Amino acid sequence: MKLELRAITKRFGSFTANDAVDLVVEPGEIHGLLGENGAGKTTLMNVLYGLYQPDEGEILIDDVPVTFKGPGHAMSAGIGMVHQHFMLIPVFTVTENVMLGHEQTTPGGFLNRRRAGREVAAISKRYGLEVPPDALVADLPVGVQQRVEILKALSRDARLLVLDEPTAVLTPQETDELITVMRALRDGGTSIVFISHKLREVREVADKITVLRRGAVVGTAEPGASQSELASMMVGRPVQLTVDKEPAQPADVVLQVDGVSVVDPNGVVLVDNVSFAVRGGEIYALAGVQGNGQTELTEALVGLTTPTRGTIAITGRNIGKLSTDEILDIGVGYVPEDRLHDGLVGQFSVAENLVLDHFDRPPYGSRGSLNLRAIADNAAVRVQEFDVRPANGLAGASTLSGGNQQKVVLAREMSRPLKLLIVAQPTRGLDVGSMEFVHRRIVAERDRGTAIVLISTELDEVLGLADRIAVMYRGRIQGEVPVGTPAAQIGMLMAGSTSAEAAAGTTSLSKGAVAAPGAAGVL
Amino acid sequence: MTQRPPEDELVVTHEVVEIAVSTRRRTIAGIAIIVTGLICLLAWGLGSKAGDAAFALSDIADKHQIPFVRIPGKAAGVVLGLLIVLLGCWHLARGFSARSMRWVLSAVLLCFVIAFLCWAGTGDPTLQLSIFGLLQGTIFLAVPLILGALAGILCERSGVINVAIEGQLLAGAFAGALAATVAHNAGVGILAAMLAGAVIGALLGVFAIRYAVNQVVLGVVLNLLVLGLTNFGYDALMQKNTEGFNNPTVLAPIKVPLLGDIPLVGPLLFDANIIVYCVYVLIVVVDVALFRTRWGLRTRAVGEHPKAADTVGIKVSRTRYLNVILGGLVAGLGGAYLTIGAVGSFSGNISSGKGFIALAAVIFGRWSPRGAVGAALLFGFADALQTLLSASHTPVTVPSAFLSMLPYLATLFAVAGLVGRVQAPAADGEPYLKG
Repeated sequence: MKLELRAITKRFGSFTANDAVDLVVEPGEIHGLLGENGAGKTTLMNVLYGLYQPDEGEILIDDVPVTFKGPGHAMSAGIGMVHQHFMLIPVFTVTENVMLGHEQTTPGGFLNRRRAGREVAAISKRYGLEVPPDALVADLPVGVQQRVEILKALSRDARLLVLDEPTAVLTPQETDELITVMRALRDGGTSIVFISHKLREVREVADKITVLRRGAVVGTAEPGASQSELASMMVGRPVQLTVDKEPAQPADVVLQVDGVSVVDPNGVVLVDNVSFAVRGGEIYALAGVQGNGQTELTEALVGLTTPTRGTIAITGRNIGKLSTDEILDIGVGYVPEDRLHDGLVGQFSVAENLVLDHFDRPPYGSRGSLNLRAIADNAAVRVQEFDVRPANGLAGASTLSGGNQQKVVLAREMSRPLKLLIVAQPTRGLDVGSMEFVHRRIVAERDRGTAIVLISTELDEVLGLADRIAVMYRGRIQGEVPVGTPAAQIGMLMAGSTSAEAAAGTTSLSKGAVAAPGAAGVL
Repeated sequence: MTQRPPEDELVVTHEVVEIAVSTRRRTIAGIAIIVTGLICLLAWGLGSKAGDAAFALSDIADKHQIPFVRIPGKAAGVVLGLLIVLLGCWHLARGFSARSMRWVLSAVLLCFVIAFLCWAGTGDPTLQLSIFGLLQGTIFLAVPLILGALAGILCERSGVINVAIEGQLLAGAFAGALAATVAHNAGVGILAAMLAGAVIGALLGVFAIRYAVNQVVLGVVLNLLVLGLTNFGYDALMQKNTEGFNNPTVLAPIKVPLLGDIPLVGPLLFDANIIVYCVYVLIVVVDVALFRTRWGLRTRAVGEHPKAADTVGIKVSRTRYLNVILGGLVAGLGGAYLTIGAVGSFSGNISSGKGFIALAAVIFGRWSPRGAVGAALLFGFADALQTLLSASHTPVTVPSAFLSMLPYLATLFAVAGLVGRVQAPAADGEPYLKG
């Protein structure tokens, strides 16, 4: 089906999220929609899907103007959407999720689960989307959950599929599988809008690319365009995509983790017998797909969780009995993965957030009172140093953009002399420009001799920053590899292959699941 | 890991370490069970007076009289106490699985209660404890709880917390009594009661769904509103003219042919008024509808992840309004039972906290109709036991105020201790605002 958006404008108050956006998607085309976070990609697609009403402009399907009052309308017009945050009900089975909203019933009025299950099986076979129809969605890995989302759309006869940042949560292997599926769908005549900020993927799969910046189309490109060309279109200025760094100069061991396990109250093993050591002046990366124990391990390192077993020593001191405050006092910096939830107090000003962990000691506070002047002076210096915008210490932290919030967190954590810095997902949701800055600061901290633990699900980030790489899978360290290991091999570790299997390039996963060729360089 | 079956690759299975982690919990649970057993053994067993306890299993007015069951008090306490201790030891040593633990705890509770009843019944040869009365009382007291709990489930499964069950029961009780008196027809009373419950439900819906008011606060306020209104109505109308406004026709029991003649079961379950039969039907209907119909699937979807439901074209607000009002109808029926189904007149605050116990039953029953019915029966039993004990001369006199705390204590322990990890509908209490 042919989709045309003409001069779509969507405003939220005084903020223009989409500014006269034109977009044409031809039948059987994969159209890449590229843009930074906040460029208006998702808003545009929500307008298309009937979740928002456009303030101006029109939508044409096969050259006929249409208006969608809600997702139901858009769906019946043949538009299917796979949201960035899955719209699946975790406690329902795959079949129930697929049938929801267009359930078929037996003459007695009961749900016809058997028939729905058969339909799920039929569609999944037709498009090579393998799913277990009777499994609970909550028990499935994200890659399979995503297939369920695609199935949901296909079961409603979608002829145009919108995939909103579909690869953000996938392993490299799952991404390969998704790309295979997308191509199969395209060849079957389905049009696809592929939203992403990952240049490599868009170039690999799209037939045509439209770039959005600040709500407006800045241009279209062919997939042949170079990455730096696309990146500068996205950001509006030339950007450096790789991190410059000298080889690491490892010093003494700062962090020693021995046989640490974390088990939740229900007996589920979240971190399973993990051991590693990190030296001063090196970046140790823990790669892995989200939810494989990285979060819990990080929390154990800073004393937010007590390990069920094992010991953690920082600069030779066992931290088992120490409070988080005491651990930070040793010289530990912590950049949590969810900056708005754990890293900042949104209602507090930037200046207050900059002293959150040391407001109670001189010069910021003593004898129960705060030295507001010292806090303000500190803010002025840090805001300058870390290029926080707006450069105003009194601004509320929650009013800042994601990139600037992250700079505030980094500025706070790096304002003390550190021995160990733990950074979790430091560039999640950041635009290319901020990403560059954050990476440079992390490398600079390393060069000052600090031991750095980097937890990241972004393989590009891990490959660009790390001096040593460990891959976590189901709470274990699946393997430790040196820098320069091919991405495909790390990807296989992330999917659960053992080091030996990954090195040999064979995988047990290719059986049963959709074939996952270990193609190098595909991310 | 190379030889795993294909399905295994699609399903993430977190390993569960039973032994290492749950040791502490198991120890605590095991010791608690053993202590319970020892109390049973020492207090109800060895502390018992000589003689037998006599239990009556049929009503005095029944045609088929079942002979008294006599159990020696001391022996019963000792044997049952030892049984509980054994269960506790086994749990300490080997550990029951989470699934069988539920049954084990039920068995412990049952043994403890039986031993207690034996203790309470011995010592006085003329005393007979009426088990029939106890069970009848259980059902009598559980009916409004079950209806209240079903109302709660209907609401909460769609994502609206219903703290206003209490108010709905009270409004139903008042409206039922008033309408049945004025119309001289119990049927009209039932309809009016359900309508009153539904009105409170609709109020809850408008404020919770449309105006996104905090639902717990809202529920409490609605309860107070209904309490005030009914007290006013009671003082202004019913107190002044009891004959004209508070003398409803009471629903007559209907005996089911054949089933009603079964000894013990017949008089207990199949010789009741229309509301009780409605309860039987409703339990089955709600359970089946929730898990096997389109309405149920959509209701649960809205309660778990309203946005996901919205994106497949389900009207979230409409579904919630429907459920909240349905819940109001059911709770209103429960209110009718309090007046026209039982005592035959309204009095101020007649619901007296039953709505809150119903809410506890919802949680204790993990938001499932079956579970909630079980919980409601348990709470009803505790209440009936309290009534029985305060009426009979037990070896040690316990102040009646303490006895009347029994159902609430049972509720507290049940909700706090036995529920474990509660899985409420994920979006329970969260307003869904578009955009």
